[in-house]
Amino acid sequence: MIDLLNKRVRLLATSAALALLVTATPQALAATPPDTLVLAWAIDDIISLDPAEAFEISAGEIMGNTYDRLVRLDINDTSKVTPGVADSWTVSDDGLTYTFKLKPDLTFASGNPITAEDVAYSFERAVKLDLTPAFILTQFGLTKENVTEKAKAANPSTFVFTVDKPYAPSFVLNCLTANVASIVDKTLLQEHVANDDFGHEWLKTNYAGSGPFKMMQWRANEVLVLERNDNYYGDKAKLKRAIYRHMKESSGQRLALEAGDIDVARNLEPGDLEAVADNADIDTESAPKGTVYYFSLNQKNENLAKPEVREALKYLVDYEGIGSTFIKGIGEIHQTFLPKGMLGSLDSNPYSLDVDKAKELLAKAGLPDGFSVTMDVRNTQPVTGIAESLQQTFGQAGVELELIPGDGKQTLTKYRARNHDIYIGQWGTDYWDPHSNADTFAANPDNADDAAAKPLAWRNAWDIPELTQKTAAALLERDEAKRAGMYEEIQKEVLDRGPFAIIFQQTEVAAHRANVENYKLGPSFDTNLLAPVSKE
Amino acid sequence: MAPMDTSAVTRRPQRRVPAFASALMRFIVMAATTLLGLLAVTFFIGRVIPIDPALAIVGDRAPQHVVERIRLELGLDLPLYQQFWIYLKQVASGDFGTSVLTTNPVLTDILRVFPATIELATVGTIIGAVLGIPLGVLAAVKRGSIADQVVRVIGLVGYSVPIFWLGLLALVLFYAKLGWVAYPGRMDIVYEYTFTPTTGFYLVDAIWQGEWDVVRDLFRHIILPGALLGYFSLAYISRMTRSFMLNELSQEYIVAARAKGLSEARIIWFHALRNAAVPLVTVIALSYAGLLEGSVLTETIFAWPGLGLYITNSLQNADMNAVLGGTVVIGAVFVGINLLSDLLYRTLDPRTRSR
Repeated sequence: MIDLLNKRVRLLATSAALALLVTATPQALAATPPDTLVLAWAIDDIISLDPAEAFEISAGEIMGNTYDRLVRLDINDTSKVTPGVADSWTVSDDGLTYTFKLKPDLTFASGNPITAEDVAYSFERAVKLDLTPAFILTQFGLTKENVTEKAKAANPSTFVFTVDKPYAPSFVLNCLTANVASIVDKTLLQEHVANDDFGHEWLKTNYAGSGPFKMMQWRANEVLVLERNDNYYGDKAKLKRAIYRHMKESSGQRLALEAGDIDVARNLEPGDLEAVADNADIDTESAPKGTVYYFSLNQKNENLAKPEVREALKYLVDYEGIGSTFIKGIGEIHQTFLPKGMLGSLDSNPYSLDVDKAKELLAKAGLPDGFSVTMDVRNTQPVTGIAESLQQTFGQAGVELELIPGDGKQTLTKYRARNHDIYIGQWGTDYWDPHSNADTFAANPDNADDAAAKPLAWRNAWDIPELTQKTAAALLERDEAKRAGMYEEIQKEVLDRGPFAIIFQQTEVAAHRANVENYKLGPSFDTNLLAPVSKE
Repeated sequence: MAPMDTSAVTRRPQRRVPAFASALMRFIVMAATTLLGLLAVTFFIGRVIPIDPALAIVGDRAPQHVVERIRLELGLDLPLYQQFWIYLKQVASGDFGTSVLTTNPVLTDILRVFPATIELATVGTIIGAVLGIPLGVLAAVKRGSIADQVVRVIGLVGYSVPIFWLGLLALVLFYAKLGWVAYPGRMDIVYEYTFTPTTGFYLVDAIWQGEWDVVRDLFRHIILPGALLGYFSLAYISRMTRSFMLNELSQEYIVAARAKGLSEARIIWFHALRNAAVPLVTVIALSYAGLLEGSVLTETIFAWPGLGLYITNSLQNADMNAVLGGTVVIGAVFVGINLLSDLLYRTLDPRTRSR
């Protein structure tokens, strides 16, 4: 009887095992299609693909590959711009009028011609929709009322842009390389307008551009498909398609890359990156990006408001240890607020871990036995690791640091309301110009609780009327070398007495199969260009 | 059996209709209060957590005036009860609002992610039940033997090993080393632009369209996460089967059956298991419902665009419309599966029918 049962169980077990085997016939090494680049990347931050709204890292890369602007960042010398749709441009003597001459006979992916009308329409909709990145254009004095006058097509091939102050030309041009200044297809968009929304609802998930790739499909948290735009005027993309596959997990990306099921892995953590670096079939790429990680001291806290304490805490960071562990391969120590490679960036790292010096400074501040303070930490690496390291090094000088872990949005909500003591996090440049960071780290026009502008200096209640003026002056300096010098000075001041301890600049890394050629990471998130990439 | 049945039939017609109607009413009231309560709790928790929902929409780097405008647009300046009332009215008209993360209506999103979870949960439950029940029976019959111990250890491992670790290990072994299964994701990239799913149930769609290549590929993608979830439900199902079977095997009717000289196999599979099947249905239904919530970790490792990942992602970004929509779906699934197992109970167990 039991034998019979055994037989049945055995039969069941074998058939189950057989079923598993049948479905699992071993396969030769998988390969992606030869005309398609498959990238595994966490793309769950994308909330919109309309250039007037998109402001997230992944969306930035998509915009950079699918849309064109008047001018582009020169990826070989990131303190300069190169022509995009514009062939040439002139600046009037009073510094207020920029005239752009468009390249002749350009077309959008749809086949519609690109004219100065389209450029003007792109500016108009960005300003009138007034979404997150609109400030990059409105800071030139554009308003919903005047935009059609200030950003105007003089004739089909000439676009005239009038700004409200004689800004440094480098500032104006740098801002025009931003995604929000992307040129959209007016004729196509007008077919999709609903409730005067300039086609915004439609464009969130669709495409109306002229870049080397067309955006074909986006399924949130799943996949995003780009296809070569054969109407592109410049060097055509080498590959027919690029597919971004949402994969968040580093180990999964590594396995799929090793097996050849994906071509590029974008979210490898230091451990996995080290492991694939030894693989002959896999190459790695890295590039410094415009994001700096820092912790900042709320000046509403009376201890943190003492200049000696601010300085002391900068000496209580184990820069070397952090550099060789938590951020190994994904960042490099950098203590000034302008990322390397940007106009005016100051490469100076004067601080290192020096407990004695810190103790001396604390004694001078009247706190020889240290004090207690809290730090809000979002629960993601490498921030948590760094926070724990700080807790330990602060302790060596008697500063008792309590870590308050939180979810990203939760910590940010508290920070934006300036209810923190110390905040640790990152700041990415909004657009590739020194003003972007200077305006937030070194300007605070109004320190009142209900201020209209709330830059990082405001969030930390750092009241700096003089520095704010200096930052404003640098914006109007039309001599590029002088302008760069002014930013160096501003950085030095923030480095010496600011409430920000900047720890490192992020390095973006990617690993790709060795048969993928010319895969390069650019200096900014919207210059990770795919058009030159090919496969053997 | 026959004489008993006739007496029941003669009595039933007068009682059955009101009994059925009142059962239905009870069910509707129960379902409605459950869902309403669930909505209220989720809604208020969502508003109490110290995250600004406007930030979720505009992102980390938005200027202050944009944040303020969105806050007004969302009605976040209204009192909480008013916000809830407005939301309830929307839901009643079938509008769950728009997800800020995906920019789609929440309903569209859920119709996209839920089939992925249902497919995975179904595969997992089938594997769990098909293997778990025989293993449980085996353990009960051979109580105390080595086989029993082995089954117990399998169950224990299933309970206690973190799914994240086991999932990665399985990926390394079956995907990277052996190449038996496909990489994380629902299907290969090549089918991404050749195969158009119509219902969202990819397997069903592919079989319907006769795309056998796609079916094979889908199978290679679903089998590992499915088996992993299956293993966890197997652990539960086999353990419960064992204890139900032990209970049945000690009953007097088994002694009577043995005395009648029935074969042991017949006793186990037809008499004991059939009676054990009644509570087992509840166990399987609950485990299925559990899998239908979506397993965040499994979905993360296997890049499976399912409900668990969707809700977690939404929650982390304070995308409350999506969280509420997802919660309602999960609540409805639980209520539905409860009803279903109740109905199955009635079919399987005649005693519950006359009650």
